[in-house]
Amino acid sequence: MAKQTKFTKDQYIKWYESMLLMRKFEEKCGQLYIQQKFGGFCHLYIGQEAVVAGTVSGSKKGDKHITAYRDHVHPIGLGMHPKYVMAELYGKSTGCSKGKGGSMHMFSKELNFMGGHGIVGAQIPMGAGIAFGDMYKGNDNVTFCSFGDGAARQGALHETFNMAMVWKIPVVFIIENNNYAMGTSVARTTNVTDMSKIGDSYEMPSESVDGMSVESVHDAIKRASDHCRKGEGPYLLDIRTYRYKGHSMSDPQKYRTKEEVSEWKSKDPLEKVLSAIQDKKYATEKQLEEIKQRVKGLVEEAVTFAEESPFPEASELYKDVYVEENYPFVTD
Amino acid sequence: MRVIQFRDALNEAMNEEMRRDENVYLMGEEVAEYNGAYKVSQGMLDEFGPRRVIDTPIAELGFAGIAVGSAMNGLRPIVEFMTWNFAILAADQIINSAAKMLQMSGGQFNVPIVFRGGNGTAGQLGATHSQSFEAFYAHVPGLKVITPSNPYDAKGLLKAAIRDDNPVVFLESERMYGEKGEVPEGEYVLPIGKANIRRQGSDCTIVSFGKIIKIAEEAAETLAKEGINVEIIDLRTIRPWDEECVINSVKKTNRLLIVEESWPVASIASEITYRVQREAFDYLDAPIKRLTQSDTPFAFSPTLIEEALPHPKDVFDAVKSLMYR
Ligand SMILES: Cc1ncc(C[n+]2csc(CCOP(=O)(O)OP(=O)(O)O)c2C)c(N)n1
Ligand SMILES: [Mg+2]
Repeated sequence: MAKQTKFTKDQYIKWYESMLLMRKFEEKCGQLYIQQKFGGFCHLYIGQEAVVAGTVSGSKKGDKHITAYRDHVHPIGLGMHPKYVMAELYGKSTGCSKGKGGSMHMFSKELNFMGGHGIVGAQIPMGAGIAFGDMYKGNDNVTFCSFGDGAARQGALHETFNMAMVWKIPVVFIIENNNYAMGTSVARTTNVTDMSKIGDSYEMPSESVDGMSVESVHDAIKRASDHCRKGEGPYLLDIRTYRYKGHSMSDPQKYRTKEEVSEWKSKDPLEKVLSAIQDKKYATEKQLEEIKQRVKGLVEEAVTFAEESPFPEASELYKDVYVEENYPFVTD
Repeated sequence: MRVIQFRDALNEAMNEEMRRDENVYLMGEEVAEYNGAYKVSQGMLDEFGPRRVIDTPIAELGFAGIAVGSAMNGLRPIVEFMTWNFAILAADQIINSAAKMLQMSGGQFNVPIVFRGGNGTAGQLGATHSQSFEAFYAHVPGLKVITPSNPYDAKGLLKAAIRDDNPVVFLESERMYGEKGEVPEGEYVLPIGKANIRRQGSDCTIVSFGKIIKIAEEAAETLAKEGINVEIIDLRTIRPWDEECVINSVKKTNRLLIVEESWPVASIASEITYRVQREAFDYLDAPIKRLTQSDTPFAFSPTLIEEALPHPKDVFDAVKSLMYR
């Protein structure tokens, strides 16, 4: 893992506020889900925040982002007000996908967030395709395509890696490697447990990254995207992280020990950013308290907004299926 | 009679067949150590060990193909898909390999395999996680397609599917796994291709299958109070479907409503409608009707779900209109 660069005070404060918001938002989602305020699945990102925070800070405007179904905080990290994500979880018409996509299908064209995808691995080729679009247009935008360690087992990854190398597609493949796909550890699905080696047979530049350190993620994202922007093709980052909660809300987690979970929690990415800020005296306790209050306010606002927003009208069912407004649906 | 969950009925069917035939094995995501994402394979790893109860990576195309190959070489795999939505990735092996092998090899290689898993809508999971595949797979010659609607049928039909020498697509439901029903102790096998008349009636025939049949049963109670007696046929097997049973019923009631959980275009309802107008045209007192999901992807919001699926009231209204009442 490469040496870390120096980061500004501003950067640290931004990371802290953004990661704290992700954490608090997800904690709230967990509570609301248990209270049955919304239905469906609920996949929380708690523990993995540095991956999104470092990806966002290491990317530039114009870059594109795509991920899997564990997608509540990606749009928030990119700057979306959390109320639009919460409203989507509630299935409200004000949600970022108009209440049509739900927890696994968040989208924001405005923020270049190309989804939230529920089919494991589907975003791997699509991510390369989005990057292909920018390459075709001749700009220097890069696509950040995130997927889980479990998703990396889909055959589509190999087809895509090969084409991305041959065509020098400017895509950064990010394995959000939390070591588990539901109840299955990486070691139980492969004999190549170092996932950065997946790129080797395509000679794709690849590295492992400490996903509990936002600085490391940021640096790796920079290296990878610089490579892409120079027209040298794709890059693979195996970002080692951990989900503190179960796969979704109904997971007894018998596949791992409490000790393992607490060991990872001792490397908490949010705590690390906070102590860096405190060590470097980048903020006073009062300023930190203000951040906490601001985050709390945003989360509360998100819940109120979601609860008060209307559900979509029944007629919305027949909108957004085709681009035409007068498509002849079969109705009996 | 004893009452057990749908998932336990499936579990018993697999256990009994695996005890009976050493060549039967189970493969899929989370089926072994996790005991199944929906706990259908609870305890199977303990009984049969990792040679016969096999966890796979998330690689539907690959493991479905491995299972097909093993079936060509004498094994009898049961492939569990966490849900059928994910089996779309494996559709190449199901449709191009399993379904066609016997014919392409001039009768040399049959593929005795069961592909099974959750099918259909299951609440607020969004469009990718809410699809029903009866019509997709029933379209394909070489496959048999089964959709049980209760624990008793699930057990008897799954055992039949495992014993069948052809590839069988077995469509369950995430929403039904916890449902309970009467299942006798001991072994029994239900015939593939035979429908079940769930309710006798003389005024109107309702054909349905899978969990949506419940709305027909609910409506039937209300209709009975108005003196309208419907006959409810549970198809159980979608390919081949029990034409004789449906035609005989229509000849008796002279009216037909088909209730299907999936989309209307090129549906099972379309197919049944064709056959009935060919075989019983002169017996029909009203044009055939169908109730299906809306002709749209299944959206997430509860209000849109409410709108997309038919309800008992819709069945009630449809039957009344078929009766011109
Ligand atoms: C094609 C497909 N197969 C199976 C599933 C069911 N499923 C949803 S998430 C998941 C595990 C994915 O694990 P990973 O890629 O490591 O992501 P993580 O949940 O750890 O973020 C599985 C098997 C699915 N959604 N799509
Ligand atoms: Mg994972």
